[in-house]
Amino acid sequence: MGKIKQSIKRKIFQIAAFGFSNAHLMNFKGGRIYKGKWKDFCSPGLNCYSCPAASFSCPIGALQAVNGSMEFNFSFYVTGLLLAFGVIFGRGICGWFCPFGLFQELLHKIPVPKFKLWKGFLYLKYIILVVFVFILPIAVTNFMGMGKPAFCQFICPAGTLEGGIPLLSTHSELRQTIGSLFSLKMFILIVTIACCIFIYRFFCKALCPLGAIYGIMNKVSIYHLEIDKDKCVDCGKCQNICKMEVNPVDKPNSAECIRCGECVHACPKNALYLGFNLSSKKTAQTQKTAPVQNKGKI
Amino acid sequence: MENKMKNIARVAVFVVAGAFALYGITRGEVAVVFSKAVNICLECIGLG
Repeated sequence: MGKIKQSIKRKIFQIAAFGFSNAHLMNFKGGRIYKGKWKDFCSPGLNCYSCPAASFSCPIGALQAVNGSMEFNFSFYVTGLLLAFGVIFGRGICGWFCPFGLFQELLHKIPVPKFKLWKGFLYLKYIILVVFVFILPIAVTNFMGMGKPAFCQFICPAGTLEGGIPLLSTHSELRQTIGSLFSLKMFILIVTIACCIFIYRFFCKALCPLGAIYGIMNKVSIYHLEIDKDKCVDCGKCQNICKMEVNPVDKPNSAECIRCGECVHACPKNALYLGFNLSSKKTAQTQKTAPVQNKGKI
Repeated sequence: MENKMKNIARVAVFVVAGAFALYGITRGEVAVVFSKAVNICLECIGLG
């Protein structure tokens, strides 16, 4: 029952975050994009700012835009925002707020055989972050000193899905410029969708540079997971239920943990805690359960 | 002890995050972000 409640609670958050990040649905009709002041800010999750419905800027797109601009070589503004989001929520952003994360989870509900990702792929997102978000936009510039947003241009399937397809379907003049680059991006989108059907959150695990940043922040994030080793009986239920293939007992703050909370509700001994300010909660719970345990002994 | 170190790290990251964001705002990065976000980004949609 608890598990159902947790998954429903998370879905409601995800849907609300999806709606909040994409509030301008009517823009799909004319293929326009929102041009208001909220675009000064970045959404915490991956959400293409060329999507007609997008309310905010994409943090990874914005990072590349400033890194590759004529005036600046590094974005303190976007980095500051990402560090702030990361130190509060860590990869809780991926699990609770990311619109593309919700899309992947829905794809994974398609009933086909499921597979695990080869562990080596987990490191790919860090390479993508360094090479495509930082090195290429800063180092490969044109005669005006402008770099290109390499991740958006060559990889991002969210941009193709949320921006490319809706805008091309409403702008005939844009359709005339379709070339090999768009074919490459469509190919990446189709492969990503196919992989997400078979592997839970394939894009988050293997390709997402935003997930890489928040994953690093998981080590210190205020919203975090804790284990009470005294209560843990090593039954392995938490590890078995984890779709991100994390062992919460060994690594409660693993870079892959998206803080979905499934392990917390699977634990028969209530040995796992997920939330803010856990030390006080843990103490309170221990005090609460102690008399009950004593009663049982009597 | 480990919790204390983590709390120190959290505060430090938060201070750095705030300082970075403020510095970025004062030197005009928001305008770059805004101009990119309110125009169709051809590279982002696979046309650039």
